[in-house]
Amino acid sequence: MSIQDDIKAAIAKALQDIPCVIGWGAGPEPLRATPLFMRNAADVENFTAGFLAVNNPALYLPSCKGVKTALVVKGCDARSVGQLVAENLVKRDELYLIGYPCSGVIDVDKVAARLEGKCEPGEVTRLREENEDVILDTPGGEVRLAKKDIAADKCARCRYPNAESADVFIGEKRAPVVDQDEYADLADFEKLSLEERKAFWEKELSRCIRCYACRNACPLCVCRDHCVASSREPHWLTQADGVRDKLFFQLIHATHLAGRCTGCGECERACPVGIPVLTLKRAFSRQVEDMFGYMAGIDVNTTPPLLTFRLEEPEIKEREW
Amino acid sequence: MSVLNTKELRIIGFLCNWCSYGGADTAGVGRFTQPTDLRVVRVPCSGRINPLFILKSLLGGADGVLVSGCHPRDCHYAEGNFYARRRLELLKGFLPVLGIDPRRFEYTWVSASEGQRWQHVVEAFTAQIHGLGPARGWPEAPELEILNAVAR
Repeated sequence: MSIQDDIKAAIAKALQDIPCVIGWGAGPEPLRATPLFMRNAADVENFTAGFLAVNNPALYLPSCKGVKTALVVKGCDARSVGQLVAENLVKRDELYLIGYPCSGVIDVDKVAARLEGKCEPGEVTRLREENEDVILDTPGGEVRLAKKDIAADKCARCRYPNAESADVFIGEKRAPVVDQDEYADLADFEKLSLEERKAFWEKELSRCIRCYACRNACPLCVCRDHCVASSREPHWLTQADGVRDKLFFQLIHATHLAGRCTGCGECERACPVGIPVLTLKRAFSRQVEDMFGYMAGIDVNTTPPLLTFRLEEPEIKEREW
Repeated sequence: MSVLNTKELRIIGFLCNWCSYGGADTAGVGRFTQPTDLRVVRVPCSGRINPLFILKSLLGGADGVLVSGCHPRDCHYAEGNFYARRRLELLKGFLPVLGIDPRRFEYTWVSASEGQRWQHVVEAFTAQIHGLGPARGWPEAPELEILNAVAR
């Protein structure tokens, strides 16, 4: 656990002149870590990084504006931070980033599926990591699972495991899992016909309870209390309990993230009814990448594509009438 | 292609005040006959058009949506249509993911003097939408559907 100790040392050092460092600590149950706001040495003792460090700490940055804040970041978290900086929503010199090489994070839904109804993830009493496996103590005995089988989907297409923009990097940089995101999940989805896709979204969205956890977990949803979904003027959404309004909220979220979404997957993870909402955002990301060669959160000096234009757009083939 | 020989469909047009709305006016003044399926919404600039306008129309039951603004480099506000072009192009590519045929949405540029072009655009787009037929709607809230059934 030397990396863990090295990160703790870096946090302790950062706390000498920064009031708060955001990272992860032990959660309410062994499978979950929770965001941890460290302000003194005792807090740092609770710090944990690694396979359980799921949450994206960039979520808290817009509310920390004006106060120097330090974050412990994975590669994907660093991209969210990068996008916030590129849009001037947070100031880079108010941030101190502590990076470490991320080898993937857990997806508790996948653990639940692997436990096959023998027990609930909440009944797991202990989790131990052993190289590429985790060992779970359950009421029915030990269960050994390979990390790669229960890691989040985004980890299988990770291009940036290292927080490249970190001020201090602890540990040795890892090689990217893939060089290019092929959007295989979207290609799979697009095997469906248009009618089947519509039916798919109707079925998925019918489960939506409009809790807006997807919005609240999104590090780039910075409007917070001023979200158009809650506004009466304009009145985009009614209170009707239909698929149309539920889907329309997802379209608001997806269009507002077009060219900004870094694919951290927090929206989909936060969804209590398992709607694949990240697919909508990835559909925009793929187009933005193809059309403008832009990947959100990588280069803070490039203007996001929808905030600028070119007089001639060679990539846009307009219709001839 | 008028209401007289086929069922009229609902097509929403978002037209910028300075060029395309003027173009449609020119077409009217010139008495160029056009299909009557298009309902025009006048907006200050194509840059004013939030892609959500189009999505809301399509989800709300429109069979087609047409957006028209000033030609690139001719925007009354200098650059509104440049921003619009990027947004609308992304939106068009996004529609198939929802299961909406991307041909139900088109955007184009028509200047205030191009009455004839406006007539052509409306005719071509209306024919395209009639070719696709009425859009299949999205379910309303269950309780609204019951109310609607009672009302019928």
